Amino acid sequence: MDKQTKKILVDPLHVTNPITIQVLGICSALAVTTQLKPAIVMSLALTFVLVCSNTLISLLRNKIPGSIRIITQLAIIASLVIVADQILRAYAFDVARQLSVFVGLIITNCIVMGRAEAFAMGNPPGKAALDGFANSMGYSLILITVAFFRELLGSGKLMGHTVLERTMDGGWYAPNGLMVLSPGAFFLIGIFIWIQRSATPALNEEA
Amino acid sequence: MELVNIFIKAVFIENMALVFFLGMCSFLAVSKKVETANGLGMAVVFVLLITTPLNNLISNYFLKEGALSWLLGAERAAGIDLTFLAFIAYIATIAATVQLVEMTIDKFSPALYASLGVFLPLIAVNCAILGSSLFMDLKELTLTQSAAYGVGNGVGFWLAIVALAAIREKLKYSNVPPALRGLGITFMITGLMAMAFTIFGGIQI
Repeated sequence: MDKQTKKILVDPLHVTNPITIQVLGICSALAVTTQLKPAIVMSLALTFVLVCSNTLISLLRNKIPGSIRIITQLAIIASLVIVADQILRAYAFDVARQLSVFVGLIITNCIVMGRAEAFAMGNPPGKAALDGFANSMGYSLILITVAFFRELLGSGKLMGHTVLERTMDGGWYAPNGLMVLSPGAFFLIGIFIWIQRSATPALNEEA
Repeated sequence: MELVNIFIKAVFIENMALVFFLGMCSFLAVSKKVETANGLGMAVVFVLLITTPLNNLISNYFLKEGALSWLLGAERAAGIDLTFLAFIAYIATIAATVQLVEMTIDKFSPALYASLGVFLPLIAVNCAILGSSLFMDLKELTLTQSAAYGVGNGVGFWLAIVALAAIREKLKYSNVPPALRGLGITFMITGLMAMAFTIFGGIQI
């Protein structure tokens, strides 16, 4: 594996992480992470859409006129999201209902548009697919970590199985309700950003 | 009265940005100054006012099962269910509306256009806009209800982004730990704001 490929693959996990550094795709990262299972399904759906959209847009990059590129990209992405949504409804109906509008919102997930615009429009399909994959991994990494802590601390469960016996079921763990509510997600991601940037001070922002 | 309830519910209890996390990208990126935040907020209200009822019409007259009966007659339209096309229809409407709004404002009010300028095209990919249409579908609202719902969502977003921008302007003078500066502290503040908004959570109207 040459240096450039490695850079495309590894950077999005840490130094150019789509969520904590590029600030893309925050909405879904916060909304679907109350439990681990929907977070994993969401990550898979996004990986599918991002890899396919990056490849397709990269294949068409020399044919798309500059003035209408946004709507062309949106049309490609929306079609892919419809496919993902139909597959989810057919094979994982419960999770699809839990995710409700957020599957549809992959269309406006800034990661997909952002990578199409920043990478796929200027690079060959192979690299674009790799970039799409690596960025969805960076996204999934944050999503799954946040969901892990939110489900564990918020309801004492993981993937629906009880891990910490809750006081209301006769156990010892008093669930932290804040984690299930929206503020908990903000604090968790804020803390992750804090940890990540303390470990790598080069990522710090001015002011 | 019912419309007022829908509006208030959308602004406070189901705030787009702080409760449903929609439109977060622009919420975090464009909240450095009150002035620009205000511009984006107004543009979002405006676009939501148009797109949510428009998508409601599209859903009711084109996509739902049997919705095409005005075109094909009740019998032939009965078996046609195009709801799976909702995503692409909605996003096309939104992108086209944003483009139209941009051109209209440019023609009739250059001053407003200059102040909104850069933000208008960005709105097409703001998830609050598409989210509003998708939630409108889930809630099965009528045309007027969807207009009230759209404006409510927009005003809620406007309120939240201007409040956040005001806090961030003051924050310039505080001594934040280096690793938290910028994005990190913004997340924390948004968390605190979201916490304040959970107060509205239990209210029934």
